[in-house]
Amino acid sequence: MGMDEPFLGRLCRYICEDVFDRCVARLENYLMSSYDKYNYDVVVIGAGGAGLRAAIEASAQGVSVGLICKSLLGKAHTVMAEGGIAAALSNVDDRDNWKVHFADTMRGGQYLNNWRMAEIHAKEAPDRVKELEAWGALFDRTEEGKILQRNFGGHKYPRLAHVGDRTGLEMIRTLQDRSIYQNVEVHMECTIITLLKDGDRISGAFGYDRERGKFKLFAAKAVILATGGIGRAFRISSNSWEYTGDGHALGYNAGAELIDMEFVQFHPTGMVWPPSVAGILVTEGVRGEGGILLNSNAERFMFNDIPELYKNQTADNEEEGWRYTQGDKQARRPPELLTRDHVARCIVREIKAGRGSPHNGVYLDISWIKKKLSNADDHIRKKLPGMYHQFKKLADIDITKQPMEVGPTTHYAMGGMRVNADSQMSTVPGLFAAGECAAGLHGANRLGGNSLSDLLVFGKRAGEYAAIFAKENAAAAIDETQVSKAAELALMVFEREKGESPFDVHYALQETMQQLVGIVRTEGEMMQAAEQLKQLRLRAGNVRITGNREFNPGWHTALDLRNMITVSQAVIMAALERKESRGAHFRDDYPQKDPESGKFNLVIKKDADDNMIMRKEMRNEIREDLKKIIEEMK
Amino acid sequence: MPVTFKIFRGSINHGTYHDYSIEAAEGMVVLDAILQIQAQQVNDLAVRWNCKAGHCGSCSAEVNGIPKLMCMCRLSELKTDAPILVQPLKSFPHIKDLVTDVSWNYRVKRKIKPFKPRPPDAEDGTWRMMQKDIDRVQEFRKCIECFLCQNVCHVLREHQKYDEFIGPRFLVHVAALEMHPLDTEDRIPELKKSHGIGYCNITKCCTTVCPENITITDNAIIPMKERVADRFYDPLKMFFRLFKNKSHVST
Repeated sequence: MGMDEPFLGRLCRYICEDVFDRCVARLENYLMSSYDKYNYDVVVIGAGGAGLRAAIEASAQGVSVGLICKSLLGKAHTVMAEGGIAAALSNVDDRDNWKVHFADTMRGGQYLNNWRMAEIHAKEAPDRVKELEAWGALFDRTEEGKILQRNFGGHKYPRLAHVGDRTGLEMIRTLQDRSIYQNVEVHMECTIITLLKDGDRISGAFGYDRERGKFKLFAAKAVILATGGIGRAFRISSNSWEYTGDGHALGYNAGAELIDMEFVQFHPTGMVWPPSVAGILVTEGVRGEGGILLNSNAERFMFNDIPELYKNQTADNEEEGWRYTQGDKQARRPPELLTRDHVARCIVREIKAGRGSPHNGVYLDISWIKKKLSNADDHIRKKLPGMYHQFKKLADIDITKQPMEVGPTTHYAMGGMRVNADSQMSTVPGLFAAGECAAGLHGANRLGGNSLSDLLVFGKRAGEYAAIFAKENAAAAIDETQVSKAAELALMVFEREKGESPFDVHYALQETMQQLVGIVRTEGEMMQAAEQLKQLRLRAGNVRITGNREFNPGWHTALDLRNMITVSQAVIMAALERKESRGAHFRDDYPQKDPESGKFNLVIKKDADDNMIMRKEMRNEIREDLKKIIEEMK
Repeated sequence: MPVTFKIFRGSINHGTYHDYSIEAAEGMVVLDAILQIQAQQVNDLAVRWNCKAGHCGSCSAEVNGIPKLMCMCRLSELKTDAPILVQPLKSFPHIKDLVTDVSWNYRVKRKIKPFKPRPPDAEDGTWRMMQKDIDRVQEFRKCIECFLCQNVCHVLREHQKYDEFIGPRFLVHVAALEMHPLDTEDRIPELKKSHGIGYCNITKCCTTVCPENITITDNAIIPMKERVADRFYDPLKMFFRLFKNKSHVST
């Protein structure tokens, strides 16, 4: 065999194998557009914090639940959350309460938030955190043995319940270990490609199992989307490969409305060097523990630009800032702990002005605290073990001795499915959304720590109300034509003999979004991006897949691409329309905040001809008592 | 600098090693190289990964024969004059290329009795715990479930005791529950019987490969073995138990 065989023999074998493989692949596709069918009352798509919490709640209400994860259970993006869960437990500072948390969230979101969601969130977050403890989570403790809370950007008082810098892991593991003893059936490594509808109402979801490539159909009375964000549409991103805007696109294609899509959060501190780790998150906890930002002149540049909205709350000298991080209740917070949108822009400005670090970032220094603390090295390693390990291992930097180099990284989508504040139901009956793929709570900019609490508070509500919906409604009908159409579309890529690699198209998309729709935006660049996106859509429709359906990342990327392009289109459309700078959305051509633009949200949906349309929706008047709280806290 | 990777490719029951060369960039980790090969040379190369930051424990593989997270294994740590060998985890059924079927681990976890807290300490439904009392359990809860310890444990790898032994990952899990200050459940009888803690003969391979540096053997398994020994193998207690059982029979 092998080299001993004559040339012609080898050639024949080669040709035959090729033809044979193709025939088998076709036959396989033909046979396998069949599917396995599952019936549930509630199907939850996504198994991060929101999805798991929703599944636990729905099952506690006595309905049958199917939980679908794109990866293995417990690996969802929540696992990467580092800093903590924001909840006004007032364990560290007794001046804290839900009202302060509410006002902080609204201020952080530049008052574009859905105020009812912000109210529910601030009121219910403490109970959700305590519940985690009852389920076995072990948060770091105060000296009296209560849950310890730390400082974070935009939060007036120390508010983040945490476990070192691995809070997300603690949270997802606690929820995971709770869910496995409940009546929740888990489908690991399964990707949903379309939602199914019966008239206006949701009737189920259809997708494929990644390992074998077989189709699965989930009939459901209610569906909860908890798929997370869209960060993989950008080149520099802290997000895992799963974050391809699946839920956003699934909901949009099923007729749900998207809102606030122009607001994409760039976390100020991602790693910048070496290139292979660019974008990996450096927790805000570093600054919460006293870390400072420096430019190449060793200047603490954050003191140079403190926004009006935060003047009263921000320290005006370094000493006061340090005292704040050490728990001095009289001190105001250092400017490094301003909101993420602002810190990210300040960093970009330093880099553009030529005061950046060698690898196009700035310096984040925690090692300086050895001037203040005798046991600084141990303190840093204890408080930030993950960061210590990450820099040591990946960048050869010892953060107890040297500054880190950091720069902004795509982190979070404030925009998403428009949902009812109380029930989390979208504009499609029976379709719910929770967590990052839902929108409203964070407005124009999310505060650190408000994401984990968002997942818990609204994950629970989505589960609760989806269960109620499932109990009140009979099963909907499955439309086979929707199923076969989706299956056909998904398999089309295998038929093509020629075409480019889906990875090349993905990289091109990331480059477009990164360069033209990033932290600083202009009309010209975004128009250019919109043009490029049209080309990218064509290219994405013509990619070619090698291999078969078994665990084939090329195929998965080809399918994910469609979602990323839809989501990118929505981001560009809304970002062009908002002609002002507010929160995470910064327009170089409209650098000021415009009071008129603060009166509406942008809503995007698909019209009857499959076109993306947008409208301005005027915000409803905030409730009197909540308005008063905001006034009092100013 | 060109670097060659020898990667195991194939599906269940058949597969071979293929060589792929890439240009190594500064700071590159093995997972970067694998993803680059996937994007540029073989689009259908199957590999699991999520966070690429050592937090999720998805990209476990055997690099030059040593079980590792590919996202935390830098090329600069490896000899690059010979091809770098990348294989799937050996202890689990193979699916495709570098992907294995780890579902056994998820089934095992469900067999362990869940957390059962004592009633709350305070009226608002909360508990009081001191930091020093939870330090050890927090160490165990750092586990990212990469299953490298399961992969390297010879009870599973060499002797395939999948039905009788839960493996180091879940011994750590049981230890975290047993040492949790609030927990009231008793898992010691199961540790001895169905969890098979006696199979572990403390070779500490699990501790060596743990990417989270959890002291699996010394801090989790040995204390659990001690609790089992205390309960079931204390000669005095055994004697009394014998007596008790007899009296029980005679009545």
